[in-house]
Amino acid sequence: MIEHEVLERVLATALRKGGDFAEVYAEDKSSTSAGLDDGRVEQVSSGRDRGAGIRVVVGETTGFAYTADLSEAGLRAAAEAASAVASQGGAGTRVVSLTRSPAHVVNRIEIYPDTVGKAAKVSLLQRVDEAARSMGGAIGQVSAGYADSRKRIIVANSDGLLAEDEQVRHILRISVVANGDAGMQTGFESLGHTIGFELFDQHDVEELARTAARQAITKLRARPAPSGAIPVVIKAGSGGVLFHEACGHGLEADLVSKGASVYRGKVGELVASPLVTLVDDGTMAGEWGAIGIDDEGHPSQHNVLIQDGVLTDYMWDHLRARKEGHAHSGNGRRQSYMHLPMVRMTNTYVLNGTENAEDIIRDTPYGVYVAKLGGGSVNTASGDFVFGMTEAYLIENGELTDPLREGNLIGNGPQVLRDIDALANDFAMGNPGTCGKDGQGVPVGDGQPTLRVKSMTIGGTAS
Amino acid sequence: MSSGSSQLQDIADRVIAQAARGEQVEAYVARGVETDIRIYGGEVEHFVSAQSEGIGIRVIKDGRTGFAYAGTLDESAIASVLAQARDNVAFGTPDEWAGLAEPDGVAVVPQELWNEALAAYPTADKIALAKELERLTAASDPRVRVDDANYSDGAGETAVATTTGIRVNGRENACYVSVSTLADDGDETQTGFGFSVGRSPHEFDLAKAAREAADRATRLLGAIKPPSKRVTVVLDPYVTAQFLGVISSALNGENVIKGRSLFANRVGEPVASPLLTLIDDPTNPKAYTATDIDGEGLAARRNSLIEAGVLQGFVHSSYSARRAGTVSTGNSVRGGFKGTPGVGCLAMQLKPGARTQAELVADVEDGVLIQMVQGLHSGVNPISGDFSTGASGLLISKGQLGAPVREFTIASTLQRMLHDIVEVGGDVDWLPSMAAGVSLVIADVTMSGA
Repeated sequence: MIEHEVLERVLATALRKGGDFAEVYAEDKSSTSAGLDDGRVEQVSSGRDRGAGIRVVVGETTGFAYTADLSEAGLRAAAEAASAVASQGGAGTRVVSLTRSPAHVVNRIEIYPDTVGKAAKVSLLQRVDEAARSMGGAIGQVSAGYADSRKRIIVANSDGLLAEDEQVRHILRISVVANGDAGMQTGFESLGHTIGFELFDQHDVEELARTAARQAITKLRARPAPSGAIPVVIKAGSGGVLFHEACGHGLEADLVSKGASVYRGKVGELVASPLVTLVDDGTMAGEWGAIGIDDEGHPSQHNVLIQDGVLTDYMWDHLRARKEGHAHSGNGRRQSYMHLPMVRMTNTYVLNGTENAEDIIRDTPYGVYVAKLGGGSVNTASGDFVFGMTEAYLIENGELTDPLREGNLIGNGPQVLRDIDALANDFAMGNPGTCGKDGQGVPVGDGQPTLRVKSMTIGGTAS
Repeated sequence: MSSGSSQLQDIADRVIAQAARGEQVEAYVARGVETDIRIYGGEVEHFVSAQSEGIGIRVIKDGRTGFAYAGTLDESAIASVLAQARDNVAFGTPDEWAGLAEPDGVAVVPQELWNEALAAYPTADKIALAKELERLTAASDPRVRVDDANYSDGAGETAVATTTGIRVNGRENACYVSVSTLADDGDETQTGFGFSVGRSPHEFDLAKAAREAADRATRLLGAIKPPSKRVTVVLDPYVTAQFLGVISSALNGENVIKGRSLFANRVGEPVASPLLTLIDDPTNPKAYTATDIDGEGLAARRNSLIEAGVLQGFVHSSYSARRAGTVSTGNSVRGGFKGTPGVGCLAMQLKPGARTQAELVADVEDGVLIQMVQGLHSGVNPISGDFSTGASGLLISKGQLGAPVREFTIASTLQRMLHDIVEVGGDVDWLPSMAAGVSLVIADVTMSGA
């Protein structure tokens, strides 16, 4: 994409007016997407995003500029714009000598998306549509989206780092509307991995569509969810977003260092039930948040954040790690070359406990069983977070009974972590997610075994 | 879009001139610059200065649509985008309604979307504004810390050309300042934010942004989790604007024809309290999202959606209108050159009542003033109508504002909430969102807390 020597000259240009650190991040991304709705393949789209973001750090200040022009002149112009923050000048000429980092390959790609015909991609959508509609007359509408991307990135910085990675992603999303006497209900499923088109040979997309359809049909007889604080059991592979919100964001070092996290100053302390061991792991091959290197060029890592309930460490990016003399953790990520990197999660999950999932339900006289969670959000400073339940059932006398209508659950992160009183041994990863922070979205994964929170507030309407 | 760029228009024109017989072609060309400044602890934390450009090309042939984009205006890249879009056509399903918009003769209501004062505003002054906002906010209350203070602006120009005769271009710029706060009391920390928007920095009210950011954070200190019960809620204008954003999904003509709107087949019927009159009017210059043309290049216009509780109609693009057997309402929306046009409301507003928020609160026997909601994207389903969202605010007892409350949800269904509207306030606030804010009183909402 860009020659080694060009990168060295651009970095020298970036530091010409002074500065402690300079970095070039370049990407070249090709993507294809196709959408089916109302029985029609509405459109196939192709996209190309190519450009570089350059930052210059001077003390506590970062200058950043980006450009779609990857010629040496274009890169140098962006480097000069980024170096405007270093107005002290007089630093003279700094020579940057880059050393290529050994490749850190996490994801194995068999079938690259550009080697697959568009007809094969579109036919996935048609198979999904047919399968969902085969579930009966209640199915009113089906929409499905397919997307692939192949992104090459290069990161070079004034510390001499030069690293490259290639990230290939495939995702399929299915939304179903079912019609009943009491109105419409919806079902949703998605399948996404950081691997090639072989993804669709490894999974039964028709079954995925039927699952989305069943979800919508089941909810037609759903009753209003309870209102108030009650026990909540969360199915394996559906509740990782709980940890993402309840504590993941609060363990990001940028928020911690600004005193905007309830977990600040808590390393070494018991912050969760001793049942909980929480890991953020960018090396989890094929998962949605898996990366060879982060967007600052550092190899992804397996980082233990909470061990047996005790907070062991935060997640770090280059700036925060440098400032606090800590090692980076491979968590510096960005949405694209148009964005500054910051501390982000990768795949965040809770390790297995020892109990049997059925026993956890059987030991719950009354509560809510959440089989599928929607999105969530958190206020890291107060710890208050919400997440939506898109498929849930009432637990009565240790058994699942009626399906429930949708709603939000609300809780306080540190409190909910302490209130986890049962953890099963049936670990599963959840659906691919997009984590939003400060206006940037990045792909993340999550997972957990079946677990119970002894009390959470369910935002339903039934008394 | 006023006095746009002939250069971008030329690019768009050149693309559509290459259309083959039987092909409809649309070219959407955009270019933009942005400045983003963040201040922390009296110093610049980051300074972002950037330019971007790109083109999106849609090709329709025999009822099939193909699309491609690239984030560059390089000549060879544009040729490749057109070739890709053409190639993609073959994989669509023929759709008898597919097609580009055609000029409909509706006159454009001109808007002042470009401000020279902003275009000429010096960078050093932008930094000074953000620093001043940080200083004012930190000085407003000893319990308040500033998380960050920001200045952002953007300027963009676009041009659209189609083989059906649409040819428009224009430019637009805007700026805002914002500040995030943390308020501490012992172990407890709460957060707040404040902002000010304008066509130029001269329109900013920094003192108000600072005061609101401090108030939002400090008012929740010591907040309790309320009991679970049914209450009347008074929505702050900021919350009402978000509520209207959810409602807009059911008024979207494309959702109606595709069986995803709870308002389908309800035109002419009462869908809300008779107190509710809702319009979408991007021609009102007070609206933050005021615009003169829609995403397909047709004139933006005023549309009545709900009149005294009775559903009047839906918003449409040319495609959804063709399928519904009607005409476009000028409500095509597109998110830049990377996407194709969809349908959406552009600038919603409720017809205001006469009274202030304080007067509305004085009539509430047992309720909550909802000042913030959290999780509208996760707990609200605009298709089924299920509504459940995290919230914080102040308890209302016998017409008096009381203790701050947090970590609870409010829930109902959209269908019920619209009928349960008790009063619309007179305090219209032209917020930086797709809908204007106004206080709104809704009865019989379930509050879930302890």
